[in-house]
Amino acid sequence: MLIEEKQEVAQRYKADLPILVIKPSKGWTTLQLRELWNYRELLYFLVWRDIKVRYKQTVLGAAWAIIQPFFTMVVFSIFFGNLGKIPSDGIPYPIFAYCALLPWQLFAYALTQSSNSLVANQNLITKVYFPRLIVPLSSVLAGLVDFAIAFLILIGMMLFYGIWPTIAILALPLFVLFAIATALAVGLWLSALNVQYRDVAYTIPFLTQFWLFASPIAYSSSLIPQPWRALYGLNPMAGVVEGFRWSLLGTTNPPGVLVLISVVIVIILLAGGLFYFQQMERTYADVV
Amino acid sequence: MKDIVIRVENLSKRYLIGQREPYKTLRDTLAERFTAPFRALASSQLHTTSPNGNIVWALRDVSFEVKHGEVIGVIGRNGAGKSTLLKILSRITEPTAGRAMLHGRVGSLLEVGTGFNPELTGRENIFLNGAILGMRRREIERKFDEIVAFAELEKFIDTPVKRYSSGMYMRLAFSVAAHLEPEILIVDEVLAVGDVQFQKKCMGKMGDVVQQGRTILFVSHNMSAIRTLCENTIWLEEGQVRAQGSSNEIVQHYLEASLSHSQSSDGFVSIQAREDRIGEGILRLKYIRFLDSNLRCTSRLKTGQAASIAIGYSAAEGVRLDNVLVGFTLSSARQEFTGYCQNDISGNGFQGLPPNGEFRCTFPKLPLTPGTYTLNVSCKVGTLLADRLPQAAEFEVVDGDFYDSKLLPPSGYGDVLIDYKWAFDDLHTKDSALPLRNYLEAEGQNQAGNTVDN
Repeated sequence: MLIEEKQEVAQRYKADLPILVIKPSKGWTTLQLRELWNYRELLYFLVWRDIKVRYKQTVLGAAWAIIQPFFTMVVFSIFFGNLGKIPSDGIPYPIFAYCALLPWQLFAYALTQSSNSLVANQNLITKVYFPRLIVPLSSVLAGLVDFAIAFLILIGMMLFYGIWPTIAILALPLFVLFAIATALAVGLWLSALNVQYRDVAYTIPFLTQFWLFASPIAYSSSLIPQPWRALYGLNPMAGVVEGFRWSLLGTTNPPGVLVLISVVIVIILLAGGLFYFQQMERTYADVV
Repeated sequence: MKDIVIRVENLSKRYLIGQREPYKTLRDTLAERFTAPFRALASSQLHTTSPNGNIVWALRDVSFEVKHGEVIGVIGRNGAGKSTLLKILSRITEPTAGRAMLHGRVGSLLEVGTGFNPELTGRENIFLNGAILGMRRREIERKFDEIVAFAELEKFIDTPVKRYSSGMYMRLAFSVAAHLEPEILIVDEVLAVGDVQFQKKCMGKMGDVVQQGRTILFVSHNMSAIRTLCENTIWLEEGQVRAQGSSNEIVQHYLEASLSHSQSSDGFVSIQAREDRIGEGILRLKYIRFLDSNLRCTSRLKTGQAASIAIGYSAAEGVRLDNVLVGFTLSSARQEFTGYCQNDISGNGFQGLPPNGEFRCTFPKLPLTPGTYTLNVSCKVGTLLADRLPQAAEFEVVDGDFYDSKLLPPSGYGDVLIDYKWAFDDLHTKDSALPLRNYLEAEGQNQAGNTVDN
């Protein structure tokens, strides 16, 4: 190639190329949504990887997604439903519990995975650049597959008990989104903290267990005396579970102040989590 | 200049030693926090002075420019800041000060096979790894066959990579990386993988990339790779640019600088003043001498003639010098490791040595082709590393007669000469190898038998 020709190619080449400036970031960083969108394919592949690898080299495979909530439901039904005679808002106890265990499993899985995600993917973080937010996001989304599988059992149970959903079922996707947002909100905080303090990894099993009993899964939130019930919404999972029961089983009380409070809490947690995550992002590779 | 693609201005990176500690427990920081309660969580890394003053500048005021289509090498000792520079340019970590401008999409290969998952098949890993390196899905689909063919893994592409041999794994990983097409490619030492043949193929692929007008920043310890691939080279030392310019020149200076601390005069190299050594120091290597067939000191040894390399040492009085291992490796400009000579391998044990003396390694016929060789020396006492010094001395090998034929193999076919003889056998004399004859006769009968059957 002639030199002029080469230069010309170089010029044309450069005209539409992005310019990247690397410098120390100062103060508040804004959320790079556009960049996140540019990396959507990586997000897709990471979710796909987590799903593919999840049940590799297991005998029961995806059946695990059913076994866990199903047997928890059985145990709850025997001890809390039959022996403990815990009121279930006039709905057969098994389906009452299972309907709550669905979002709970989704939440617990997404929370655990996303909290460990940055540490688990440290080989990526120290070797390649991409928006770090993709890592906890992908772990949260991967939980949806298990959720979908376990949902099949719920459909079977609804047929068995002859419960037909009302129009409220249209709100279900919103509550799924809500469960995910809740997991992400907490997961962002914990994953960022986990990079620096490995204590977090030990806290999570304890935290999820504690949270399970603090949420209206084995019991109904109507057990809580009225003036305090709305405050129960400070635990966002209370809002999620109540929303699930209402949209799927059509329990009498539509979600009210309790769910509203939960939504506000999640928005605050999520915004704070995003901010904290972004602030810490620049040091992950040095610290992890 | 218009066609500058990478411009780096006063780039600096500071690490607080404490920050590099892998795990900090919550308790530690809670204690810290209480002493400084109003420091925001997020600004913990922005202290201007560290409490204990443990600051390390991994990079300090580094500036350079790279033109479009240029391949630029980065060399320097371990800890000189090469990796930090690459990490900043690939946006993995942030600089503390200064800035860098990159014109075009940046692809970085700080490692091959980043994000490979052992449970997934080769096919799945190509997609995953490609996406991680920044390729679009359609781009990967388009290049898929090419990637598989380049890795020579057509048959195993649907096998989980955990069943791959390490060579296959590396080939696949590199193959994905080699098909990356950003305008700027940042490469760290990844060519040091795989077998020699595959390395050559990769070098070829890198050469193609250059032809297509891409800009490459290439870090390596392999001086011959730097010389062949890069026009220009930046030499980093202690986080700063020590020199930059044409690769040949810089590599030359770099190698000389390592040697210059050794004081050399005609075959005698004193290494007493060198400080870049490691080891416990119960025994110190003092000098290196190169001796010709008459045991005279010379810096030029002759191929095929007797030669010795002598290494002087001294140790503190009263130290027991048993099970002493002394050795050196040889490197040439073409090859990182040409030879490895150590006394236990040749069956010469050293026990109960005096506190001063000289080790001598003798070559009855020096099996090295003409060229310049560098020596890394090391000495162990028992299992304790006593002294080790990289690039301790350099010597030259000049043309000589190795095979008593006044001939040597053409250059480029290895640095080491193999001793061998050729002969001819017509297989009809009695002295020919009997088993071979029996075998050939049996073959002959078989063939005869076959013809009868037919």
